[in-house]
Amino acid sequence: MDLNDTAEEKAFRASARAFLEAHAPAFGTRPVALDDPEMVRQAQNWQARKKDNGWACLTWPAEYGGRGLGPIEDVIWSQEEARWDTPPNLFIVGIGMLGPAIMAHGTLEQKARYLPRIARGDEIWCQLFSEPAAGSDLAGLRTTAVRDGDDWVLNGQKMWTTFARLSAWGVIVARTDRTVPKHAGLTCFIVNMRSPGIEVRPIRQIDGRSDFNEVFFTDCRVSESHRLGDVGNGWAVARTILMHERAAIGSVGARLDVPALLAVAAACGVADEGEVRQRIADFYVRASGLTYTNYRTLTALSRGEMPGPEASIGKLVGASLVQEMSAFGIDLQGLAGTLMSGLHECQATYLGAPGGRIAGGTDEILRNILAERVLGLPAEPRLDKNVPFHDVPTGPRTRQ
Amino acid sequence: MNFGFSDGQKELQQTVREFLHDRAPLQACRRLLEAGEGWDPGLWQETAALGWLGTVVPEQYGGAGLGYLELAVIAEEIGRALAPMPFASSVYLATEAILRGGSPDQRQRFLPRLVSGEIIGTLALAERPGHPDPSDTGTVLERGRLTGTKIAVVDGAVAALGIVSARGEHGTTLVLVDLDGPGVRRQAQASIDPTHSSASFVFEDAPAEPLAGVNEGWSFLEGLLDRAAVLLAFEQVGGASRALELTKEFTLSRYAFGRPVASFQALKHRMVDVYVALELARSNCLWGAWALSEETTEIDVAACSARISASRAFDLAAAEMLQMHGGVGFTWEHDGHLFYRRAKHDALVLGATHAWAEKLVQRLIRRAAVQLPGDGDTSPDQRSDRPSRSSQVARLTHGLAATAR
Repeated sequence: MDLNDTAEEKAFRASARAFLEAHAPAFGTRPVALDDPEMVRQAQNWQARKKDNGWACLTWPAEYGGRGLGPIEDVIWSQEEARWDTPPNLFIVGIGMLGPAIMAHGTLEQKARYLPRIARGDEIWCQLFSEPAAGSDLAGLRTTAVRDGDDWVLNGQKMWTTFARLSAWGVIVARTDRTVPKHAGLTCFIVNMRSPGIEVRPIRQIDGRSDFNEVFFTDCRVSESHRLGDVGNGWAVARTILMHERAAIGSVGARLDVPALLAVAAACGVADEGEVRQRIADFYVRASGLTYTNYRTLTALSRGEMPGPEASIGKLVGASLVQEMSAFGIDLQGLAGTLMSGLHECQATYLGAPGGRIAGGTDEILRNILAERVLGLPAEPRLDKNVPFHDVPTGPRTRQ
Repeated sequence: MNFGFSDGQKELQQTVREFLHDRAPLQACRRLLEAGEGWDPGLWQETAALGWLGTVVPEQYGGAGLGYLELAVIAEEIGRALAPMPFASSVYLATEAILRGGSPDQRQRFLPRLVSGEIIGTLALAERPGHPDPSDTGTVLERGRLTGTKIAVVDGAVAALGIVSARGEHGTTLVLVDLDGPGVRRQAQASIDPTHSSASFVFEDAPAEPLAGVNEGWSFLEGLLDRAAVLLAFEQVGGASRALELTKEFTLSRYAFGRPVASFQALKHRMVDVYVALELARSNCLWGAWALSEETTEIDVAACSARISASRAFDLAAAEMLQMHGGVGFTWEHDGHLFYRRAKHDALVLGATHAWAEKLVQRLIRRAAVQLPGDGDTSPDQRSDRPSRSSQVARLTHGLAATAR
């Protein structure tokens, strides 16, 4: 058992550190809004600097401008970069998820046209998947794409789209055939986000932030040459993208942690109360369980294995832990806990916490995934599995 | 990063699993439960012959000279089998106490006999309900003689060697007592888990020798309990895993309303909750095993995390096993209660969960530099480079100084 890097990992980490030490200081950020044009420019400059020095797209194949490295190097790079104050990564969707889909399903022209620009951060890309009526049941999406001459015409609405306001391009999954069961009637397209017929509106969250957008498509025309993958093969393309989303090992460490909670308890004069200490111990034990579960995942990555569905444990436990810890931090403060200016930003964390249990796989879906793919329990009954899409119930019937 | 067991350790684990599968199936456990006897001497001798009682004991004392990672995988399999053996008492407690706290002479006199299985050792700590505290130890050692009472001594009916906590001249002391010797009155007590016997002891001027290599008795005892907690936590994780497997098997084959009850989401999700608790506990156990193996100072908090999470996971797995079996799970004949009893027993023997939680918080406060180990970083080098929490630490130390015990 060895918690240290292997010799190769150590060397890789050292080279990452050397690059960052040389280049990152020039890119330190002032706090500005995410869509401040200056922020976007800085982010693009940093991405270009990384690309020019071989630190962008580490896991992309060399033929597309990457270094063909594995997931552990990706993690090591992320850890090293996180130690520096650098512009936010606006390219994570393009590089992490959509680029690999274009590599897997795109034409030669599409690869040549889009991949270099994604890699260099010349363009920000967004993923147009979820809809108001299709989140957990993504395949039940309703945005349509209808063939018209050399074009397809998109109508519908996407939701929860990160970076939509900043994006030049996106990948959309739309319904091209309503007469077949839901998975069979989908097709993906590359969309120019500056096209006529696209309207982007920010979504206001309960915590007042707007990290996501709605995107409305009204007779938006997309060229046949922008179709990504075969007609009716959209679900396979979508799955490629979703698989890469899951592969991103995000840290689920709370901004609010046990030392902070102990400090809050002390400040509120309740750090010697048994009930308080019991809860803090419980949080610590769950958080350390998460940390060391992450180490086990890193061990698998270090051996070149991809993380399996058990990697969902991190998100499932972490998201609730954030909510519980922030609730507890607020409760400790008594009436003063109602103030947004309260200790350790517990209040802001608490308001942001429900999103973590829903976005990127709800608690309930993650439990289904663990039950079915890890424990091998029977799949949920799916009443719509073989039903033509236009016959699938989508709400209470108002008439027969 | 290799945060897991080696191939050699996994092979050892498989060997132990196969041995216990043949030699200690659940029927063996049940036989003892029904006979009211706490152990199987034949199983004990065979286990000793395989060298596992002396896994970490140096070869000069007859041990295998291996490490704590090997002992951890053996522990997990013992737990998985619910093996009815005084393994924890004799190996994680008595043998460890002498190995770490005995004089060379004491080590020479006792270790070979413990390793060969000739004698069984156990720890005698509790004197009354509640959590033992150095200030309320009634048992006293005076001029080499022990007087006092101990209750609920695990494996007490079969143990020959007692490691007994007592008040000596200089505070808490741990003494070695011949439990079959003069001045010792033993009384068997019925345990919630009859696969481990329990006994009370009344000592009246019983000859006793202090563990000669121990300076400060209470802190040595805490260290001993920490190390045992990690190893027992592996047993608990093993037991919880088996309970979940059996629950899965049953619910897959049991049909109701036209389908396997395992296909109902309420049960699927609850089995996932057991699985998640179990995996978090396993991760904490691995941390503890690493701390044991590397002899790091993190053992004090790692042990707490391992114990608390493993106790909760095993309790949960056992309770859910009974619940998901429905009525048959409540019958004597079904094996569910073997797990239910063992889980509760294991959650208590080294001290209850709430006491360990309190201990954890005290240790976190005492450390002052309260840093979650790792925090997702790959290597120890990473941890030392983390941004300083100095202002937070200063606030913490100042605010908590008055509450530190």
